[in-house]
Amino acid sequence: MTTQASQTLKKPLGLTGEMYRRALVDSVLKLNPRWMVRNPVMFVVEVGSVLTTALWIQALSGAGEAAAWYIGSVSLWLWFTVLFANFSEALAEGRGKAQAEALRRSRRETKAKLLHDPRDRSKFNIVSSIDLKKGDLYLVEPGDILSADGEVVEGVASVDESAITGESAPVIRESGGDRSAVTGGTRALSDWLVIRVMAEPGGGFLDRMIKLIEGAKRQKTPNEIALNILLAAFTIIFLVVCVTLLPYSLFSVSAAGQGTPVTITVLVALLVCLIPTTIGGLLSAIGIAGMDRMIRHNVIATSGRAIEAAGDVDVLLLDKTGTITLGNRMATDFSPAPGISKEQLADAAQLASLADETPEGRSIVILAKEKYGLRGREIHQISAQFIPFSAQTRMSGADIQPAGKSSRRIIRKGATDAIKAFIEQQGGVFPAEVQATVQEISKIGATPLVVSENKEVLGVIHLKDIVKGGIKERFAHLRKMGIRTVMITGDNQLTATAIAAEAGVDDFLAEAKPEDKLKLIRDYQKGGRLVAMTGDGTNDAPALAQADVAVAMNTGTQSAREAANMIDLDSNPTKLMEIVEIGKQLLMTRGTLTTFSIANDVAKYFAIIPAAFATTYPVLNALNIMKLATPESAILSAVIFNALIIVVLIPLALKGVKYRAVSAVQLLRRHLFVYGLGGIVAPFVGIKLVDMFLQVIGMT
Amino acid sequence: MTTNGIFQLLFYLAALILLAKPLGAFMSRVYQRQKTFLDPVFGPVERLIYRLSRINPDEEMDWKENAVAFLMFNFVGLIIVYGLQRLQQLLPLNPQGLGAVSPDSSFNTAISFATNTNWQGYGGETTMSYLTQMLGLTVQNFVSAASGMAVLVLFIRALARHSATTLGNFWVDLTRSTLYILMPLAVIVALVLISQGSVQNFSAYASASLLQPTTDTSGAKVTEQLIAMGPAASQIAIKQLGTNGGGFFNVNSSHPYENPTPFSNFLEMLSILLIAGALCYTLGAMVGDTRQGWALLAAMTIILVVGIFAAYHYESAGNPKFDSLGVDQHTTAINPGGNMEGKEVRLGIANSALWATVTTAASNGSVNAMHDSFTPMGGLVPLVMMQLGEVVFGGVGSGLYGMLVFVIVAVFVAGLLVGRTPEYLGHKIEAYEMKMASLLILIMPLTVLGLTALAVITSAGTSSILNPSAHGFSEVLYTFTSQGNNNGSAFAGLNANTPFYNITGGLAMLISRYWLAVPTLALGGSLVRKKLIPAGEGTLPTHTPLFIFWLIAVVLIVGALNFFPALALGPIVEHFMMIQ
Repeated sequence: MTTQASQTLKKPLGLTGEMYRRALVDSVLKLNPRWMVRNPVMFVVEVGSVLTTALWIQALSGAGEAAAWYIGSVSLWLWFTVLFANFSEALAEGRGKAQAEALRRSRRETKAKLLHDPRDRSKFNIVSSIDLKKGDLYLVEPGDILSADGEVVEGVASVDESAITGESAPVIRESGGDRSAVTGGTRALSDWLVIRVMAEPGGGFLDRMIKLIEGAKRQKTPNEIALNILLAAFTIIFLVVCVTLLPYSLFSVSAAGQGTPVTITVLVALLVCLIPTTIGGLLSAIGIAGMDRMIRHNVIATSGRAIEAAGDVDVLLLDKTGTITLGNRMATDFSPAPGISKEQLADAAQLASLADETPEGRSIVILAKEKYGLRGREIHQISAQFIPFSAQTRMSGADIQPAGKSSRRIIRKGATDAIKAFIEQQGGVFPAEVQATVQEISKIGATPLVVSENKEVLGVIHLKDIVKGGIKERFAHLRKMGIRTVMITGDNQLTATAIAAEAGVDDFLAEAKPEDKLKLIRDYQKGGRLVAMTGDGTNDAPALAQADVAVAMNTGTQSAREAANMIDLDSNPTKLMEIVEIGKQLLMTRGTLTTFSIANDVAKYFAIIPAAFATTYPVLNALNIMKLATPESAILSAVIFNALIIVVLIPLALKGVKYRAVSAVQLLRRHLFVYGLGGIVAPFVGIKLVDMFLQVIGMT
Repeated sequence: MTTNGIFQLLFYLAALILLAKPLGAFMSRVYQRQKTFLDPVFGPVERLIYRLSRINPDEEMDWKENAVAFLMFNFVGLIIVYGLQRLQQLLPLNPQGLGAVSPDSSFNTAISFATNTNWQGYGGETTMSYLTQMLGLTVQNFVSAASGMAVLVLFIRALARHSATTLGNFWVDLTRSTLYILMPLAVIVALVLISQGSVQNFSAYASASLLQPTTDTSGAKVTEQLIAMGPAASQIAIKQLGTNGGGFFNVNSSHPYENPTPFSNFLEMLSILLIAGALCYTLGAMVGDTRQGWALLAAMTIILVVGIFAAYHYESAGNPKFDSLGVDQHTTAINPGGNMEGKEVRLGIANSALWATVTTAASNGSVNAMHDSFTPMGGLVPLVMMQLGEVVFGGVGSGLYGMLVFVIVAVFVAGLLVGRTPEYLGHKIEAYEMKMASLLILIMPLTVLGLTALAVITSAGTSSILNPSAHGFSEVLYTFTSQGNNNGSAFAGLNANTPFYNITGGLAMLISRYWLAVPTLALGGSLVRKKLIPAGEGTLPTHTPLFIFWLIAVVLIVGALNFFPALALGPIVEHFMMIQ
């Protein structure tokens, strides 16, 4: 599935040369102040760049406050700082744009067969897909591209949905039930469908998806807004720090009786170095990249807010089947009745299941073969009449006429009470020992399947839910992160308890009906918890709408997809855990870069302050602990480092901080050490290196 | 530094920490209106006050109503203090016949006492009548402190409650702070001070013949000395306890009648931080998790200890420039050693450095030595203590709510670091909280740096600078740092009793008190509405050593980053020039 899914969506995700070129052009286009003002930190840098450019021009004319080459270099690197930040954003957007284009190709304008009467498929008008309104009915025939999102009203057809899912195998869409939702842009392969349009023009799933991927609809998420406020506050404070430094300097010059006041160039350089440009420049790239990571996991989030909420989730509601256990129950053991050998039981069980094409039936044949060496017998080799499962008898099996014998073997397998009734009807006795075995099996969460031959009970087959490998460890990790896992199952209490224990979930809801799910979510939310769940059916829709993070399977119904705030194109219920990780990663990346950015300021002070007041107070050179060559090189080195660090951190912003399933305290300790302490130390080294390089190339 | 000196510092810290729990637990009972042993004494008085002022103590108010009550009450107090100063020549209890105080000085002083700053541009014994001192200044010493405590308690309730709208009743918290906490403590401290020799009378100033006559600046012979009197002890007790700091006498607690003995010195220093420290415990008790209170107290204490020892170290190390003048700065049995300039010989270096750090860590501002005469780095300590935003203990009430704002910022960034929308005590920290927290962090540096810049480039500002040098810059910076943080201590060497400094300083004090208190209440109003988020494994605990360390880092980085350039041009460059 995943390899196929990569066809349309994953292929453009590698960064191509074309993307870099486009990002370079975009980063220049983004210099437009009307765009820049959305990001206060970088807007300040741009204003500083303009100001220093003006000073450079003034210096060229011979009346500058410092040497023209020096002001020019500072100005150039300030421009680079803005461009690097724009570049990171453009690069993150570029990946989305490439995907959006792939999608747009399948969304091109099509002709739709508009029906007037759903019962009469012969009369239709050909209209353009953009003219379809909500509520209209249209006909699709083999080869047609579906013109709009909707619900199948009539018909059954196989549809190629690879344009949105990347899955090349066609899917069946039919009226009624859970497979009635269709998406515009997909292609009908066989038969015909009558579809009622459910989306306004331009508001279809594909349109929304394109907009989301392109980032056109990207709004700042709550957490991002809060961080932006803090960054703006830092920017204002540092602006005042730098502006007031000019009067301080003027006073100091007159007090010390020597030197010249600090230049505007130096003040702008100091300002740009102090304000959190690293995080300010990378912030939007981090957000876009978060959305992008979701898409790479084939999950479409309807908003950035949903991704962020995913990081905060405290409770995961997981459907048992398909998420915690493999889809079906499997036979794991045979328990013969007294006086019957295991081989006898296995043989009868296999015979009873030969024609049973259900996964349970097949697993019995396989178990008998693997454990007791009973070759799979071909159905036609034995003269047998197979009895399929029916809701009335609740049994299946075979009536076999062995060669050369007159008596028939009537073999049945089924639920305990059904077999018991069947046996007793024939005058047989249901042994107490078997009854005990049945209860034991139920107690451990497995399903007992009793096998009988004629009026004799042969024994019991254990049918068991198989918990997916590694799932227990995964839940343990989630627990460490403070996330509760709750298993939802239609099984009875006993079975659910056993599976819950085996899978290591924190809680479970047995015999769950959709309204129980809704109530459970509400209860958790009342307790202040954020709940995430997956769902696909129409009856899941209320719970999906209630959950904070709701992931709908792409195979699900239209109403489920409408109610959810994320859609998993792979329709893989385990995806929920990855979604949580991506959400956390997004927040962590912001946090680490913020810490790093502010921690950087310490070193920048030590580089710039002694240099800025070198003529007034030469003794302040004692603060020049990096031993930077000259005041000019010190300031230039700080500015260059400040610009380059953005480029260095672009990969981290796009990839995200590596996610680790450890407790909050351990994570904080680690990140404070790496990005806090690292953020203090790194610029000391970096600025010194740049300074040494400047000396080597003789710029100072 | 001497062993004896270090022992005294540690003894002080031990006493401070030991008293936090009993007093803090008592205050939590007071604010939750539980029974206390003082009920028989103050219960009737309290009920009478409510009846007379028609307050229903059971009626709770939301943050806006509380903010209005707080502002109105403070405004009325401000007007009264202003009026008393302007009219004192017409009023009784003025045996020295002191005249009306000038309008700008009255303006500054009225704000100064209403805002719990107690910056004094005037000399007490030569300016204020006994009536002004008692009815104006001492009353404000009580109620400005109680106002700060009330705002804090309203904020603590916001943290303790969830899905609510009201924070409590400002009037009740104000009354109970004054009656049950400040009054009894002030009476005890005043009585002990009187026992130590502080004056408490309404006498005219005493006159004494000098044993060794001297001459004044004009060359005239001086044979008599006027000795100032007054109801000093009662005002000193509350000025220390309420982190007011406004001295009865001009030289504050270096005056022998204000601070007569080593024991009175210890008690006065203890009084400065006593309530502010204990309020941390009160916070923990009221939110139902005392570890939270201890964590904040630990963070504050660690910063304080670093400050104390830095100041003590630099003062003990002395000034190398003195060596060339033949001053012996070596510590011997009969010589305290180090930098004794501007210090009382009877108090010595350890106690002067300790007081300087403590009085600026808290927004007290009383002094027992002249901070202006400290070594550059010794003087940097009090400056930095104030520039951290008066959150290291800080003013009674205001210090802790200031610290809680830093906690919110620390929690926010830490929350991002661990990949979860941050929460503190079960309250989610969102955009609105960050807006208020950012505003609260922003205002102080803006005020201090902005007004300092104005002062050093206008002639109105520079004409008051008596030392036109890096030290002159330090003095201006200190002046606005002190007023812009409601501290009130002063570097001398600057004539701050001019219209320019009185008005700009007055504005700084108003801004730093009310522009911080009102957003704090707004923040509380938002926090109290939040649904409780139960703590789980993914919740970042806010009581661990790691979080304490992180909180300290945030306080230091935000404080130090804002003021580093200004400090570099003041005390830091002075230091390098001194050791050159």
